[in-house]
Amino acid sequence: MPAVRCVDVCKTYRQGELEVKGLDHVSLEVGEGGFVCLSAPSGGGKTTLLNAIGGLHRIDSGEIWLADRRIDGLGKGELASLRLHQIGFVFQAYNLIPVLTARENVEFVMEVQGVPPDQRRARSMEILEEVGLKGLEDRRPAKMSGGQQQRVAVARAIASRPTLVLADEPTANLDSHTAEQLMELFVELNTRHETTFVIATHDQRVMGYARRIVRMLDGRIVDDTEQEAA
Amino acid sequence: MALMLKLAWRNLWRHPRRTWLTTGAMVFSNVILVFMISMQVGMYQMMIDNTLRASTGHLQVQARGYLEDQKIREVVPQVKPLAKQLGGELDLDTVAPRAAAFALASSADRSYGIQIVGVEPMAELHVSSLPGLVVEGRFLEGSNTEEIVIGEVLARNLKAGVGDELTFMGAGRDGSFAAAVVTVVGILESGNPEMDRSLAQVPLAFFQDVFTMDGAGHDIVILAPDLFQVATVKSEVEALLPTDEDLVALDWEQLVPGLKQAIQADMSSAMFMYLVLIVLVAFSVLNTQLMSVLERTKEFGIVTALGVSPGRLGRLVLLEATLMGLMGLVIGVVLGGALVVWFSFYGFTFPGLDEMAGQFNLPDRIYLPVTLFGLLFGPSVVLLASILATLYPMARLRWLEPVDAMRAA
Repeated sequence: MPAVRCVDVCKTYRQGELEVKGLDHVSLEVGEGGFVCLSAPSGGGKTTLLNAIGGLHRIDSGEIWLADRRIDGLGKGELASLRLHQIGFVFQAYNLIPVLTARENVEFVMEVQGVPPDQRRARSMEILEEVGLKGLEDRRPAKMSGGQQQRVAVARAIASRPTLVLADEPTANLDSHTAEQLMELFVELNTRHETTFVIATHDQRVMGYARRIVRMLDGRIVDDTEQEAA
Repeated sequence: MALMLKLAWRNLWRHPRRTWLTTGAMVFSNVILVFMISMQVGMYQMMIDNTLRASTGHLQVQARGYLEDQKIREVVPQVKPLAKQLGGELDLDTVAPRAAAFALASSADRSYGIQIVGVEPMAELHVSSLPGLVVEGRFLEGSNTEEIVIGEVLARNLKAGVGDELTFMGAGRDGSFAAAVVTVVGILESGNPEMDRSLAQVPLAFFQDVFTMDGAGHDIVILAPDLFQVATVKSEVEALLPTDEDLVALDWEQLVPGLKQAIQADMSSAMFMYLVLIVLVAFSVLNTQLMSVLERTKEFGIVTALGVSPGRLGRLVLLEATLMGLMGLVIGVVLGGALVVWFSFYGFTFPGLDEMAGQFNLPDRIYLPVTLFGLLFGPSVVLLASILATLYPMARLRWLEPVDAMRAA
């Protein structure tokens, strides 16, 4: 069963008088454990598709399925719960909570999930070690580099052991070395935990790590290619 | 919850100056409220206590209808035995029988209309402040002696002093002519010139003889242990009243409605002022919390995208406001409480208090009572108002769309 299935998805935005097609009859399947890059120039529809899969955008028509659950008709609360328990988000801007330490940022989502404190603490330490931040657990974001902050954001995204990670331009604010490290981390998590990754990017370096590249233009899928990952 | 609490607390200190300014507004209003409410409570307690101790007591047993007409025929039969019985049953020594009649009092030079009151001198010591307010001579001693104590203004009007004789004339209970000659043994100064103008007390037994009362009186005055027990004592008294007589127990609010009205009027104007103060503080909190929510729109968008519900974010904002409110409450109560404790020892006065003091039998300094009500009522309302002021910023989070919020600058 595919981890993600989009069937004939359409989404239109209004920009003043203009109607812009964000998604134009998009159909896509991503298998469990997949590692897919959505590639498009700005305004091509990759972020819109990512947000639609994550339940952040309402679609005009079509169907979106996560595993065996159709999500496009779910209410706000149900979608929030789905994101909390099944989906991990990584954004271009790390958007950590500035007053919490790295560990507390990771624990925050787990607390919302209702994970008991001792388990929360153990799991957050384990994940931070996994993303290479051992020893920096008690630092606040302001005292960390961009790469370190993005790693905390990744740790936060995977803390709840989601089956699907959606990453929107995760390397956009990182230098090439840090970007490579982050992508290697994604690959490792994908391989070790069989977590499905869907990454929106127009960064060629990132695409090199993907096993499949879906190219979009003007809200449509124009190319869908399997490739050997780097 | 611990992490949420930690997050809320740290969020408050993202902008320490703003937090302190808002907390400072709360502290300021709380100190004012603690001081003002304690002063009001103290003044009202003194007004009530002093007025009631000088005149009616907390409760009175009377014949039904006597309060409205004050007719000498509407009596409590065998008033002394009933007073003694009530005192025994209630286990209170603050029960005293009285009788009253209107009379014309004459000295060698002048005549004045007075209300003459028959009292049991020993019992009166327990229920009334008047025996302690004798400024010349002494209070009544004998139970059936031909002596009288009068108010200072009346003494001046009659040009009578201690040792002088007065004649009073009136109508007895049976309609007969009642008259007697009494010796002035004391002059009272209650502090209320109006009261001192007509104040005259004689021993109850003597009064009953002169006014042919046949053992009857008009009131049994009762002082409850304190104001808060008046209702309880009243219901006990009602249960103890003889069923074959048409007697009623009346509390001070029924006996002196003007006193309650004066307090209510004063309280209403004070409450309006407090309300204005509290609304201003609430707007300050609203402003702070709204700014705090607006500047974190992007951050809230992110955590909503991560699956945190708007309700939980709303509770976080509420927790922040509550923490700030509690800081204001604690600091305000400590500072306001210190002020109240100081004035509970050294007293407080202000221009115009002398005049009011005379009217309501108050001393010229108010000693503030240290009560939980005085300390906590105002600050609790401020805390509640602060929490209510957070409802709008909380509601905004309900409408938050994660994608739009994440685009916020």
